[in-house]
Amino acid sequence: MLRYILWRIAVMVPTLLIISALVFAIIELPPGDYFESYIAEIRAQGEGVNMEQIEALRKQYGFDQPPLLRYVHWVAGMLQGDFGYSFEYELPVSDVVGDRLWLTVLVSFVTIIFTWVIAFPIGLYAATHQYSWGDYGLSLVGLIGIAIPNFMLALVLMYFANIWFGTSIGHLMDQKYLSEPMSWAKAKSILEHIWIPVIIVGAAGTAGMIRRLRANLLDELQKQYVVTARAKGLSPTRTLLKYPLRMALNFFISDIGSILPAIISGAEITAIVLSLETTGPMLIKALQSQDMYLAGSFLMFLAFLTVIGVLVSDLALAVLDPRIRLQGRSTK
Amino acid sequence: MTSGADLLRVEGLRITFSVLGGGVEAVRGASFRILPGRVTALVGESGSGKSAISQAIMGILPSVASVTGRVVFNDPTGNKPVDLLSLDSGGREIQDIRGARISKIFQEPMTSLSPLHTIGNQISEVLKIHTDIDKAGRRERTEQLLGYVGFSDPKRAYDMYPFELSGGMRQRAMIAMALICSPALLIADEPTTALDVTVQAQILQLLRGLQSKLNMAMLLITHDLGVVANMADEVVVIYHGEIVEAGPVDAIFRNPQHPYLKGLMAAVPHFDMKPGERLKALREVPVQAGAIIGDRDVRKAGGPNVLVSVRNLSKTFSTRSSGWFGSGSAFRHRAVDNVSFDIRRGECLGLVGESGCGKTTISKILMRAVTPDKGTITFDDGEGALDVLKLDGAELKALRAKIQMVFQDPVSSLSPRMTVKNILSEPLEIHGRGTPKSRVETVRSLLQAVGLDQRFINRYPHSFSGGQRQRIGIARALALVPQLLICDEPVSALDVSVQAQILNLLKDLQKELGLTMLFISHNLAVVDYMADRIAVMYAGRIVELAPREVLMSDPIHPYTKSLLAAVPYPDLDRKLDFDLLQVSGGSDQQRWGVQFADGGDDEALVPADLGGGHFVLARKSVDARELRP
Repeated sequence: MLRYILWRIAVMVPTLLIISALVFAIIELPPGDYFESYIAEIRAQGEGVNMEQIEALRKQYGFDQPPLLRYVHWVAGMLQGDFGYSFEYELPVSDVVGDRLWLTVLVSFVTIIFTWVIAFPIGLYAATHQYSWGDYGLSLVGLIGIAIPNFMLALVLMYFANIWFGTSIGHLMDQKYLSEPMSWAKAKSILEHIWIPVIIVGAAGTAGMIRRLRANLLDELQKQYVVTARAKGLSPTRTLLKYPLRMALNFFISDIGSILPAIISGAEITAIVLSLETTGPMLIKALQSQDMYLAGSFLMFLAFLTVIGVLVSDLALAVLDPRIRLQGRSTK
Repeated sequence: MTSGADLLRVEGLRITFSVLGGGVEAVRGASFRILPGRVTALVGESGSGKSAISQAIMGILPSVASVTGRVVFNDPTGNKPVDLLSLDSGGREIQDIRGARISKIFQEPMTSLSPLHTIGNQISEVLKIHTDIDKAGRRERTEQLLGYVGFSDPKRAYDMYPFELSGGMRQRAMIAMALICSPALLIADEPTTALDVTVQAQILQLLRGLQSKLNMAMLLITHDLGVVANMADEVVVIYHGEIVEAGPVDAIFRNPQHPYLKGLMAAVPHFDMKPGERLKALREVPVQAGAIIGDRDVRKAGGPNVLVSVRNLSKTFSTRSSGWFGSGSAFRHRAVDNVSFDIRRGECLGLVGESGCGKTTISKILMRAVTPDKGTITFDDGEGALDVLKLDGAELKALRAKIQMVFQDPVSSLSPRMTVKNILSEPLEIHGRGTPKSRVETVRSLLQAVGLDQRFINRYPHSFSGGQRQRIGIARALALVPQLLICDEPVSALDVSVQAQILNLLKDLQKELGLTMLFISHNLAVVDYMADRIAVMYAGRIVELAPREVLMSDPIHPYTKSLLAAVPYPDLDRKLDFDLLQVSGGSDQQRWGVQFADGGDDEALVPADLGGGHFVLARKSVDARELRP
């Protein structure tokens, strides 16, 4: 087991390297660089450009060097925790991202928990009461959850949150805490605001998960080993919890791999509508303005999360499912 | 006998499954009894309602079923007789009976255990539900029982998962689970149907031994009259949901009354059949093979005597195992190991062996679906010898028309989205035979040849029964008028009565069309009925090859012997000799005589010629005369 984990982690290195090369290549693909779009922007405003300063900056960041060399510099820098320099914000990338990263992780984490807590009991109920009114009703609600566009739900929730609870519109906290360091009041304000994006971002995922859990459980409930358990004299509830649910968990776990990046990259629209202090809006802006180190770091962060997510789900699956864990030992 | 002596009485049981558009009555007023300490066999074909009855007794029928009647369980431990049907199927009372007083083992040992829990966990769970024994005590009792049912290392077995065990061992674990609370009644629902014949004999022996040791009653549900003859004290015969005959096993076997039972007995192939004797199918199908060949004469005069010649065929599958531990070493499994044989023109060569012995791999290699590692196959139908494994392009396509296959599973081998006409004309289209109009004509004559009504031509496979589907499969294989027909377990998915019908059909077709057949089966009796010569396979090797009568009367190889000894005869005077099974060693190579032992080196074993076309795989150094014990 330990060897497997080490091996998997070792495999992550080349995977991430390949991804970083792809990310770098894609960012390099559009003609020009940040400075060219910067010059164009300033010229459009009718101002003069200090070409010497620009050239100096270009030199400083190695834009006169061949792409391969810059790629090596970039990767080497990331390994030492230096993610490069955001031209747009004129700050190191790590300073720009800073808080936002942690807020993003917080929102995502709470969303995942929310999804599971809601989806699990409902999925169980729907599967065991197939074709009942409850099943139909919950399925309907779930389908609505999938169908409503995120931004619309965001607007609606924001409106009612303001009317009913007096929560300030937009952002993850009251405006006054935005630039303040972490404090008890700030934390409270975050808690007050966080449920809106969590519901919005989680709604579609929850509904999808209910559907999948229901379908998986229905399959498992037909299986012979469920009949065996009943023939033993096990009560229906315990049968359900011990056997089919355990089997249905597999898909749940393998979902983790895709859930992490999906939630972080999928929440952009919501984040823009709600002006959340998460990474989504920043990534989009960075891509638009060819702020390459900022965009590159974001993309690498997403890739890293994906790889970690897949690793975590694989390991959890192995712990949960002996068939995966012990297949090699299988003897006939 | 007073009714109080019955352990279980089923009275006027009716089970109806509600399906779309009405109800299907699976059981219609069945009544029978089970005596304490005796084995009662419930015999019937698939769909006759026998499994529904067992589910009704346990109260585990699916929710779409509705039940009326009475099932009175008279527990010998002293409780009052109770009508099991009156209990709430999710309630406390029936749960206390399930697993503790009445328990059940199922047909499929692969699926009836949860793959995610150790067998120890699943077995001791029964104790946890029904007794107050503490955890250590439960483990001890479980291990004790695992040893009892034949696990050599119960302590280790406790922590093993079902997928780490073979089918037979899983079924043993199921038996341990069913017996751990010493129930008054054990329901065994086709307990050996999914197992190989030698394993079946072991499981039957185990069940019989435990049943008499624990003085427990057993309801044995089966379609196999051979199993019934060896196990049962009482027999109940069910046909289309109705009990047609019931009584002690002697009366049933020696003097069957109901025409269905009589028909069933005549439909089972057995080893004492005279050459040329035909099985009597319950519903015979007339064969008109002339319809296919028309005025063409496929029985070409001349041509070499041997149609297919297989030499030194080997195929190794490697399964990548234990990538988990990082080593990633490949486990090499020899599916076919240095196999040589000939198929003579016009004969039926039987290939017998247990699951996993490589017989299907051989058929796939012959069909060029699998490429062997080494070896040659020569096909010669009088138009020049062809090296089958080297053909490609147009030559391969031409060969494919000459070798056709009939598959095991009549359900999955026919596309559900094609009509019979499409299915049967597809091979003709692929090989560009005839015009669309003449193809329809050919399809009609094919249907006629396999005894199907021509009106069925536009129907889809789902509207046919298993036997009819298999006939469509045979018709498809015959569409191109092949030289060689490979039948891979063509009847093992079919009921006994239908089996006889298909076997007779194949036999008639072979005779009329002059077909050469390779008939693959795990069922020795079926192969005995069909084949002219029989090859016995074990672990990728042909261990014995002989003309049919010689193999049956004078088997040499210990594996052939044990295979023959393990077949349950539907004959009360020829019960299985469990002791003999133990002696011959079965599939346990360690216990074969030294002259047959592998010895670890590849080249040590060669086919020894005993004369008269009888070959036995033995050590090179051993003289042929020494092989007979």
